[in-house]
Amino acid sequence: MASFLFHVGKYFILMWRVFSRPEKFSIYRKRLFDEMVSLGIDSLGIIAVISLFMGAVITIQTAANIDSAFIPTYTIGFTTRQSTILEFSPTIMALILAGKVGSNIASEIGLMRVTEQIDALEIMGVNSSAYLILPKVVAAVLINPFLVVISMFVSIGGGYLVANFSDIVTVADYVYGIQLDFKPHHVVYALSKASVFAFIFTSIPAFNGYYASGSALEVGKASTHGVVQSSIIILFTNYIITQLFLI
Amino acid sequence: MIEVNNLYKSFGDLEVLKDITATFENGKTSVIIGASGSGKSTLARCLVGLVEPNKGEVLYDGRSFLDLNVKQRKSLRKEVGFLFQGGALFDYMTVEENIRFPLDMLTKLSKKEKKHRVDTVLDRVELSNAHKLYPSELSGGMKKRVGIARAISPNPRYLFCDEPNSGLDPQTSIIIDDLILEITREYDITTLVITHDMNSVMEIGEHIIFIHKGQKWWEGTKEEILETDNKELLSFVDASGFLTNKKNK
Repeated sequence: MASFLFHVGKYFILMWRVFSRPEKFSIYRKRLFDEMVSLGIDSLGIIAVISLFMGAVITIQTAANIDSAFIPTYTIGFTTRQSTILEFSPTIMALILAGKVGSNIASEIGLMRVTEQIDALEIMGVNSSAYLILPKVVAAVLINPFLVVISMFVSIGGGYLVANFSDIVTVADYVYGIQLDFKPHHVVYALSKASVFAFIFTSIPAFNGYYASGSALEVGKASTHGVVQSSIIILFTNYIITQLFLI
Repeated sequence: MIEVNNLYKSFGDLEVLKDITATFENGKTSVIIGASGSGKSTLARCLVGLVEPNKGEVLYDGRSFLDLNVKQRKSLRKEVGFLFQGGALFDYMTVEENIRFPLDMLTKLSKKEKKHRVDTVLDRVELSNAHKLYPSELSGGMKKRVGIARAISPNPRYLFCDEPNSGLDPQTSIIIDDLILEITREYDITTLVITHDMNSVMEIGEHIIFIHKGQKWWEGTKEEILETDNKELLSFVDASGFLTNKKNK
């Protein structure tokens, strides 16, 4: 327990340093755009592929589980939309990105630590934690909601393709279902979750990488810890946010 | 000038530095020697604030480093250049960007002035054509030279070199040693070199400190080192093979 509290305290102290006043805004701005490309645009491919199949599978599974003649088939479209917007796009994408982006951040910063590049920054009088972590966190918090919106469209599009190329639901019913009883605040809820999750899957691996020490082996461990911890905290935070905003 | 007074550092129960007192003068290359684990790198890290000592005083031209607040330390660090053992070049930047980085972060120089400064220091370390190369494309010796170029680019008053010859062939070692010596005299800076390479010590050491078991065991010049009867120092010098090579010559 003492060790847990020690690490939590260390994390918040690091975050305090990360969000302190940057030395040169122009350098941070350039790094922010670079990180947006690296964390966001470079993740578009994997997001699109996963979302497409996710939407298709939700549609098929919903259809397979509707066994009553009293449940209209447009429910399939409705369920696909609701599952995608409320849960799958923000949460599953965050878990995927925790693996892809999180491990990348932890190993990049960890390697900088063990090769003394972070010490070099400190000796130059640069706030190394802010310089390395702040642009990544801000970039992810800003870009992740856009990735989630793209994921939502592609996922619902995946369901549409199933409707189009199979006979489990007609295209008309599916389209009617995805428009039925649409609540815009669900999108706001999902995008808020996306930003919170982005903060988690960047800051926690960055924390693990920043305090990595020793050898390449330790960097590997830091990367694994970063992904595991951020995944668990994403799931826990998901529960808290859902309880607060949807009930 | 850097003065160290009664410096102590422990990691848990392990006492790494015990009562170190020394003075490193301007325009001179001071060399700290000692076996691996003797505490010489920890001493350098304490001097630049990468490691916080438990007790003692570090004075940079009369300014007590340990008494400075975060902002004042940051400002003082702008006067410090540090050459790391592995170079510590930023992997994702080219040579030019690596050298320009401290200028971008710490100075208000114009683009033209920065370019001129980068060209000058790259010329100085004889790497005028390496601007666009990435660290992964450089040899060990080139990395050290770029590291020196980056360390001297903001015109530091104090230069620290941690094992500048490690992993280098004897010829490249001599080039790096000469470069450190020339830069120290040319810019009249306080240079402190951490090494266990006796050839390097005899090449550049104008003031030598031998650290043994975390304590300052011996202090003197390179001429005096050959005449010493200090048992531990003799054993260290002997183990380095330096005396044997000298006798064979």
